Amino acid sequence: MSNDWIEVGSIDDIPRRGARVVRTAEGDIAVFRTAEDRIFALRDKCPHKGGPLSQGIVHGTKVACPLHDWKIQLDTGEAVAPDEGCAATFPVRLDGQTIYLSVQPDAGCPNRG
Amino acid sequence: MWGGGTRPAELKKIAEVAEKYGVKYVHVTGGQRIGLYGLKKEQLPGICKYLEEAGFVSGHAYGKALRTVKTCVGKEWCRFGTQDSTHLGMTMEKLTWGSWTPHKFKMAVSGCPRNCAEATIKDLGVVCVDSGYEIHVGGNGGVKVRATDFLVHVKSEEEVLEYVAAFMQLYRENAHYLERTAPWIERVGLAWVKEQVVEDEDRRKALAERFREAQKYAQQDPWKEMAENEAKRVEFQPLKVVTS
Repeated sequence: MSNDWIEVGSIDDIPRRGARVVRTAEGDIAVFRTAEDRIFALRDKCPHKGGPLSQGIVHGTKVACPLHDWKIQLDTGEAVAPDEGCAATFPVRLDGQTIYLSVQPDAGCPNRG
Repeated sequence: MWGGGTRPAELKKIAEVAEKYGVKYVHVTGGQRIGLYGLKKEQLPGICKYLEEAGFVSGHAYGKALRTVKTCVGKEWCRFGTQDSTHLGMTMEKLTWGSWTPHKFKMAVSGCPRNCAEATIKDLGVVCVDSGYEIHVGGNGGVKVRATDFLVHVKSEEEVLEYVAAFMQLYRENAHYLERTAPWIERVGLAWVKEQVVEDEDRRKALAERFREAQKYAQQDPWKEMAENEAKRVEFQPLKVVTS
């Protein structure tokens, strides 16, 4: 499966320790920026009850879902134990200041939409 | 709505905003405020700007902060009212809004001991009596209900405000993060709190002064700032909408 890279914006468009949303027909994708300017992308839907991960507080390379505080790892999309579940991850890369995203989720998590 | 009071012009503004932005549900909250539900994040900058221009301040309902000062109608409109509870409540709220606290902080002023404003389950509750104002502290109306402890009786509104400022400052300087006043007072003891703010007048005045000083800088409404700052407003929109 090839990735069609879409230019979505600049790293400065995303607040540090926060996220912005890329809206697609299949659902929202949350694009996160950590305190150290690393970029990650997850389906904007907590595996618990569908909460908007993009509205959570980023700490290290995890985000806390604003609804019930599940911690989701940004690199794998997996919930932190003892919670179980995942949000699909999306390929995302930085080229200089510009962020490129693929709207085809990575394989591995069944919660793709 | 300061101290739970409002005016027709304010209500009209709230109604206009609710209609203009397609609010799905309007709720009168327990905190004597009006909640507008069912909006999308993208709508918030517009709605906040509208409300801010109409003179409203965000209710800080999300903060480890002063929440509300509830009131009953008091002497002006109720036959049992002993003091002007609505005026005192509004003044207390204007003094303390925007302050950050170890955990949420709720107050109320009841115009008489019938206590219609439920002041005795608040972090700080004032019960007005013929001879002045009774100040009660450490109440909690949540998961574990705790009635307040009586702190002190004072004769004037000014004294109430001094005690409010001093008690809040003592709580801020002493309690653990996420410790409501109820477990805090259980831990440190009411006797100690009384030593600090009731018995020691100098300490009370110093605490109150520190609170007032901090409030000069703390009374910032983050939603107002967001509404006025173009760069911040943009963050409420999706980064990109992919249409294919």
